[in-house]
Amino acid sequence: MDIEELFKVVKARFTDDSHGSSEKKEKTDVEIPQDLLFKCPRCSGVFYNDEFVNNKKVCPKCNYHARLTWQERLEMTADEGSFIPLDENLRSLNPICFPRYEEKVRKCIDECETNEAIVTGECTIRGYRCVIGIMDSHFMMASMGSVVGEKITRAFEYATKKKLPVIMFTASGGARMQEGIVSLMQMAKTSGAVKLHSDAGGLYIAVMTDPTTGGVTASFASLGDITIAEPKVLIGFAGRRVIQDTIRQRLPDDFQSAEFQQECGFVDMIVERGMMRKRLSNILKLHGFPKEEKGK
Amino acid sequence: MNNLSAWERMEIVHNKNRPTVNDYIPAIFTRFMEFHGDRLFGDDAAIIGGIGFLSDVPVTVIAQVKGKTLDENRRTNFSMPHPEGYRKALRLAKQAEKFHRPVICLVDTPGAYCGIEAEKRGQGEAIAKNLAEFMTLKTPVVSVVLGEGGSGGALALAVCDELAMLSNATYSVISPRGAASILWKDGTKEKEAAELLKITAEDLMRFGVCDKIINEPDGGAQTNPEQAADSIYEYLVDAVSRLKTVPMEQLMENRYNKFRKIGMFTE
Repeated sequence: MDIEELFKVVKARFTDDSHGSSEKKEKTDVEIPQDLLFKCPRCSGVFYNDEFVNNKKVCPKCNYHARLTWQERLEMTADEGSFIPLDENLRSLNPICFPRYEEKVRKCIDECETNEAIVTGECTIRGYRCVIGIMDSHFMMASMGSVVGEKITRAFEYATKKKLPVIMFTASGGARMQEGIVSLMQMAKTSGAVKLHSDAGGLYIAVMTDPTTGGVTASFASLGDITIAEPKVLIGFAGRRVIQDTIRQRLPDDFQSAEFQQECGFVDMIVERGMMRKRLSNILKLHGFPKEEKGK
Repeated sequence: MNNLSAWERMEIVHNKNRPTVNDYIPAIFTRFMEFHGDRLFGDDAAIIGGIGFLSDVPVTVIAQVKGKTLDENRRTNFSMPHPEGYRKALRLAKQAEKFHRPVICLVDTPGAYCGIEAEKRGQGEAIAKNLAEFMTLKTPVVSVVLGEGGSGGALALAVCDELAMLSNATYSVISPRGAASILWKDGTKEKEAAELLKITAEDLMRFGVCDKIINEPDGGAQTNPEQAADSIYEYLVDAVSRLKTVPMEQLMENRYNKFRKIGMFTE
């Protein structure tokens, strides 16, 4: 498509805005509708959103695996219709009476169609049964507060009891500051639950997605028997800006990328989104879990 | 009863004469000897580890080291450990488990170090490993927050059977300055953030994080370091003797539940 055609599409979208959408978006002359183009945060390449979405939200140029909603991740990962959610109704309170915290959570609940930044449940992947956790960075950057910590802990406890493997798709900005010290304790709580699952012989596969940072990296995300990362995603403990402020140097561009972490020895393998289901099910098969027949 | 605000306590904690583990260890333990290194990469001076007697009980001591002078602080990196520090702590904790020694962790850090090398060597992994391994460490673990309990860097030495805090110590998920700069894009509002975050020993008692407040002398530990050390000593002797009588299975269950029950939500 050349640039003229692109303008036509943009114009069509603008004029077509009359029906439907009641959201009051303030428009400026240069604004392009958000859902038309995707700008890759890694390589700054710009692509048609359709092309990007059809490519499983992977940047066609640099292979950056962009953030997914929990629904998208679930659809790409679990066998159709196999997902049974766990602990859906947990809702966070406001332990330190943080200003406007409830409001912020409520807004995320509406926007993300989930009560918290992680969805947990049981499902099959190409016939192999497992407990799955999917963190959604669109929900307060998937920071870990009481509910995220509790749901992860319960997921591991459930898996321990049922002798099931656990697969966690991690993504997080870290501990949820708005819940104060209570959020920090979720790191210990979840790590403890992972340890008990592990001591009981359970298999835990951590799949690090964009971005896996802070208190989540420093707890359950780093405790997998097998650690997988998606290409080009951000994985680290401290934020880039914090480090730059501490050491007063510019950091190399690939710092804290999945590839960097693999080189440093913290990631077993980097797996493309399109291959993830196959890779996960092969790992489960290699650990002797039985394949279930369809409809069972 | 301590009526000081979080900010006032932070000022006391930052007093340059406040006793550090270099004062407390000789005052509390006898025949202490230091063990170096994580056996993997190197030795981190931000964490001291070793063994000694607490009264007549052999214990393993793991402590974060604040300096009083710039030189000391350079050596101990202002008490901000690298991954090798946390890995040394875990190595010594495992050694303590093998020889049935209780572990005493003395927490005093602004946080785990944030830098290129720390990231390369897996700061996140090192902390995570400590959380998981301390949770099932088959020997009593007592942690005392002496001054600053800075986030994950403190928690890595604070998965324990009992957590005590000196009465002016603070323990927080994020530094008040960090919180202020995120919240109000203004790091100078740290005073407000300090109150908002609920980081005092009394706050942490309410959340079930802290089990015991060790009273400091009036005006803070620096006014009478001997008295502060005596109070810590008395608490530790009492805690260790109590925990040593708990059957191991019960100890493990209690420790797991101590953290398991923290969280506030509806269902």
